[in-house]
Amino acid sequence: MHRTNSLLTELKKNKMLFLMLIPAVLYFIIFSYLPMGGIIVAFKYFEFDKGIFGSPWVGFKNFAFFFQSGQAWLLTKNTILYNLAFIAAGMAVQVGVAILFSELKGRHIKKMMQSSLLLPYFISWVVVGSFVFGIFNYEFGSLNTLLKGWGMSPVDVYGNPSIWFFIIVGFYLWKLVGYGSIVYLAAIMGINPELYESADLDGANIFQKIRHITLPLLKTTIIIMILLQVGGILRGNFDMFYQLVGNNSLLFNQTDVIDTFVFRALNQQGLDLGMPAAVGLYQSAVGFIIIVSLNALIKKINPDYALF
Amino acid sequence: MAKNKIRRIDMLIFTIIGYIVLGCISILCLIPFLLTVSGSFTDDSSLFEYGYRLIPQEFSLEAYKLIFQAPEVIAKAYGVTIVLVFTGTLLGLFFISMTSYVLHRKDFKYRNKFSFFFFFTTLFSGGLVPWYLVMIGLGMKNNYLALLLPHLFSVFHIIIMRTFFTSIPESIGESAKLDGAGDFTIFARLYLPMSIPALSTIGLFIALTYWNDWYPAMLFITNPDMMPLQYHLYKVFNSMQAAQIVAQKTGIPVAQMPAETFKMAMTVIVTGPVILVYPFIQKYFVKGMTVGAVKG
Repeated sequence: MHRTNSLLTELKKNKMLFLMLIPAVLYFIIFSYLPMGGIIVAFKYFEFDKGIFGSPWVGFKNFAFFFQSGQAWLLTKNTILYNLAFIAAGMAVQVGVAILFSELKGRHIKKMMQSSLLLPYFISWVVVGSFVFGIFNYEFGSLNTLLKGWGMSPVDVYGNPSIWFFIIVGFYLWKLVGYGSIVYLAAIMGINPELYESADLDGANIFQKIRHITLPLLKTTIIIMILLQVGGILRGNFDMFYQLVGNNSLLFNQTDVIDTFVFRALNQQGLDLGMPAAVGLYQSAVGFIIIVSLNALIKKINPDYALF
Repeated sequence: MAKNKIRRIDMLIFTIIGYIVLGCISILCLIPFLLTVSGSFTDDSSLFEYGYRLIPQEFSLEAYKLIFQAPEVIAKAYGVTIVLVFTGTLLGLFFISMTSYVLHRKDFKYRNKFSFFFFFTTLFSGGLVPWYLVMIGLGMKNNYLALLLPHLFSVFHIIIMRTFFTSIPESIGESAKLDGAGDFTIFARLYLPMSIPALSTIGLFIALTYWNDWYPAMLFITNPDMMPLQYHLYKVFNSMQAAQIVAQKTGIPVAQMPAETFKMAMTVIVTGPVILVYPFIQKYFVKGMTVGAVKG
C-alpha cells in the first residue's frame, strides 16, 4: 500500500519527468526486454508460420545439438582466442604508441602522424573488407604484385586458412591503433610532471623514466581496460569477421566465431531458428556471468572503475 | 656535464627509434587508402598483368565513367544514407539528452531504478534471433525504420550526457522553476543550449555510426532502391546483382565492364565524404574520446 502511494505522489509531482522518460522506456522494452523474453525460442522447434507461442517445445535439444556437434567447442575456442589476441596485442601496440607520442617533441609531425593513425577508425568494415580484397586477392592483389615483382611465386591467401588469424588480428590493430592509444595518451598526460623533473635531476635516462614512472602509473588504467575487454570476451566483432572473411567456408575452422555462426544460421532461410537462438542464449548467459564476476574483481582493485 | 651528455644520447636514440616506428605505422595506416585510390584509376585490362600498385601502370577513368553513366544508382544510396544520418543524429540526440536530463535530476526519486533498467540491457541480451523476430514482427522488412531504430538510443551515450548535465549548476534549473517554467521547458530552453559542446561530440559519434552502418540493411532490406551506401558497396563486392543493375542502366554488358576497378572506384566514392570532413571533425572527436574515457 505504502509503495503504490509513494509512486502515485511521485507520479503527480514529477508528471513531466515521467512523460520525458516514456520514449526511452518504450524503446528498451520493445528492443531489449521483449527479445529477452524471446529466448524461449531457444527451447522450441521454431516454425515461422506457427510463431513463438505456437511452435512446439523441445526442451534442451537445441543446446544438446550445438554441444554434441562439436561446434560449441570450436566457436568458443575461436571467439576467446581471437579476443585474447586483440586484447593483448592491442594493449601492447596502443600503450607503445601512446608513450612514443607523449615523449616525442615535434608538434606538427606528431599531429600529422596522429591523423593518419586515427583515419582507419572512421571507415566502415565494408571498406576495410574491400581493402583486404584489393591487397590479398590472388590474380591482381597488391601483395602478389609485389611478390611477382621480386621474382617470387604468388600466395593464395584466400585458400590458406592459417594466415587468416594474422590478417584478422593485423587489421584489428590497424583499425583501432589510433583510437585506442588516445585513452592511454590521456592517462599519461595526467601524470604529475614533477615526477619526471625530479627523475631528470637524479640523472635518469628516458628508458628508465618510462620503465619506472610511466609504466607503473599506467598500470591501473591498463588493468582496467583489459578487464573491461575481457568482460566481452564471448562477444565477437561481427562486422570485422563478416566483412573480412564473408561466407568463405574454406576458412571457417580458423575464422568462425559465435556471432558469425548465429548470423549464418539465421540467414539460411527455412531452417529452424531454435538452434541459433540457443547459441545466442549460451553466449549471453556465459557472458553475463563473466561480466558480473569481473565487476566484482574491479571493485576490489579500484571501486572508482567498477561498472555498477 | 657527463650526465647531460648521456641524456642527449639516450634521447637521440629514443627520438630516432620513435619517429621510425611511428612513421612506419602511419604509412601502414595510409597505404590501403592509397592503393584503393590508385586502383580505381587503373585500366581494368592491365590489372591482370600488373596488379594493384601504388601508382597505376596504365591510368584510366573508365571505372568512374561507368559509375557516372548511371549516377541514379549511387545517388539513391547516397540519399538514403544522408537522410538517415541527419534524422538519426537529430532524433537520437534529442531522445538521449531528454532521457539523461530526467536521470540526472536528483529530486527524481526513481532515477537509479530507471538507470539500472537501461544499463542492464548492456549486460544481458536475448541475442540476435529473438531481436530479429521482434523486428520482423513489427513489420521492419523493407522498412526505413529498420535502418533508423537500431542506433537511436545508446546506453553509453545516455551515461555520458547524464554526467555532463550533472556538471551544470542545479540553481539554474531551480530559479527557472520559480519563474514558473516546466521541466520540459527547462530542459529544452536552458539545458539543451548549454550542452552544445557535448551534444556535438556525441552527435559526431552517432552520425559516424549511421554513415558506416550496413548490418540492419543486410538483415531487413531487400529492395535495391532502399539500400544505404555501405550495404550498396557490400553488394558491389559480393553479388552480381549490383553489376547487373548498372549494366541495365548503361547498356554496357557485364562482361565488358571494368568490374574490378569499378569496385575500387565505388569504395573511393563511398569513403570520400568521410575523408573530406575528417580534418575538421578529428579535433572534436579526440576531445569526446577523452571525455568518454572518464567514467560517468
